Amino acid sequence: MSAQLTAVRPAVQAGRARPGTKIFRTPGLYVLPALILLITFTYVPVGNMLWYSFHKWDGLDPTMDPAGFDNYARVFTDDQYRRVFLIGLYYFAASFAQIAIALYFAVVLSFNVRFRNLFKGILFFPYLLNGVAVGFVFLYLFQPEGTLDTLMGMLGLGEHTRLWLGDPDLANISLAGTSVWRFTGLNFVLFLGAIQSIPGEIYEAAEIDGANRWHQFRHIIAPGIRRIISLSFILAISGSLSVFEIPFIMTGGANGTRTFVVQAYQTAFQFRQIGLASAMAVVLLLIVLLLTWIQRRVLPDEEVTLS
Amino acid sequence: MSRVARAAKYASLILASLAVLIPLVVVLFAAFKTHAEYNTTGPLTPPRNWLNFHNFATAWTAGDMLRGFWNTTFILVVSLTGTVAVGTLAAYAISRFVFPFKRLVLGLFLVAALVPGVTTQVATYQIVKSMGLVNTPWSAIVLFMGTDIVSIYIFIQFMQSIPQSIDQAAMIDGANRFTVYRKVILPLMKPAIATVVIIKGIAIYNEFYIPFLYLRSPNLSVISTALFRFKGPYGAQWETIAACTMIVIIPTVVIFLLLQRFIYNGITAGATK
Repeated sequence: MSAQLTAVRPAVQAGRARPGTKIFRTPGLYVLPALILLITFTYVPVGNMLWYSFHKWDGLDPTMDPAGFDNYARVFTDDQYRRVFLIGLYYFAASFAQIAIALYFAVVLSFNVRFRNLFKGILFFPYLLNGVAVGFVFLYLFQPEGTLDTLMGMLGLGEHTRLWLGDPDLANISLAGTSVWRFTGLNFVLFLGAIQSIPGEIYEAAEIDGANRWHQFRHIIAPGIRRIISLSFILAISGSLSVFEIPFIMTGGANGTRTFVVQAYQTAFQFRQIGLASAMAVVLLLIVLLLTWIQRRVLPDEEVTLS
Repeated sequence: MSRVARAAKYASLILASLAVLIPLVVVLFAAFKTHAEYNTTGPLTPPRNWLNFHNFATAWTAGDMLRGFWNTTFILVVSLTGTVAVGTLAAYAISRFVFPFKRLVLGLFLVAALVPGVTTQVATYQIVKSMGLVNTPWSAIVLFMGTDIVSIYIFIQFMQSIPQSIDQAAMIDGANRFTVYRKVILPLMKPAIATVVIIKGIAIYNEFYIPFLYLRSPNLSVISTALFRFKGPYGAQWETIAACTMIVIIPTVVIFLLLQRFIYNGITAGATK
């Protein structure tokens, strides 16, 4: 690092001596460390991944066998691989709940509420927690005769307890619920920030004009945070395909909870099918890029004005 | 507001707070219970002795948590220093100078922000392996430094609010570009650096996938992977797992209480770039 910096200095001075060249020579060097890291750890992997995805390779063998589109065909036809898209739907559905809860509390806490900062802190706090810790906290909550079962017993719902993580019909719902617990705080703080950036005079003016809370929400808050809400929905789609930590830590992908990334991880690092795993990653990447493109089309930048 | 609406509002807030806190509090309860007590009492029963630190001691030594914290701290400090140095230098060049291929460079940073890190690990692993960095802390460090585009955005945004006339004045006084960066820009960037250090610091402390993939050897455990190791062998000793979970959570609580305002601002700045 420091070697690079000292190398920059003479170049700077040389540049000052000849004004014509200074613009072209030195500043580029300042970007170089960032650019090298970016290319080595983002662009080269993406390029390699494309290359691997058309081959059959175990990651060790010096030679790779060309495989054409076989890996892609398998991602879309093999049930084991197709299923992971469906698992993503659980998390996508959960993100609606997440956004709704976050929006409700952001609106409530943007008005005068006692212990406002305390509530804000509590609602946001789970987002800061370590993913492994969250996984263990919820393994403990969901275990048979654990916290959830005990609470249900106290509420007289004792006969409705299940194997929350063991029952394949329920496991994904439990895991998606954990994900809601963990990430609602982020949406909440983002929405709250957007609401609070609306100038207070607008509410006062509206109140003078006789607007009630619902009118204020409908005509002031909603347009002001439309952009961040739409953005949250688009992030929710790519987020629900990239779920990894919660299912990996809590069930390891057992009981039908293998998400896209858990499956890609196991394919690559446990079954050593680098080509197939790369094809999965390429598909995911294309989906994310497509969504971002749609987002740019649907939400042009000029809409930023109010938020 | 009517009395019913008010009551409903507070009821919903209290309910949500309970939903956040109960899962954590029961783990705290379990962490203070003896093994026999854990087996005989329900999860909602508070521990008999709040000063029973036995489980914490077991977890601390069995999980080799001191090493975990040391490794996490080392990786955290080096990658944060690196991110700030690399990011501010790049932002300085991008926001202040014209250089060839600048638009291309900017475009590369922009597009890279869209690539989710988890998806490319299959291929990144081969590169890190070919550099001989697997099973050294440097694998995590270069990846934390190299995959960070958000902080460059934050730096660029902040730098655009520093008037150019300040650097021009320093230049007229004879400072070269690096001196301007070092003596003028960097000190003025403190708020942006604080934001990046906080949000990135929390992200690195919580990161699981990268250390799990690259730091397999037990003496390279960071706190996430050290905690994860409890999963198999301690399956029947929840009170120990609970204590270790609390050991990992407590630093986050302390940081949050101390730096609340900065964390909120940082999260908002980082997510809406």
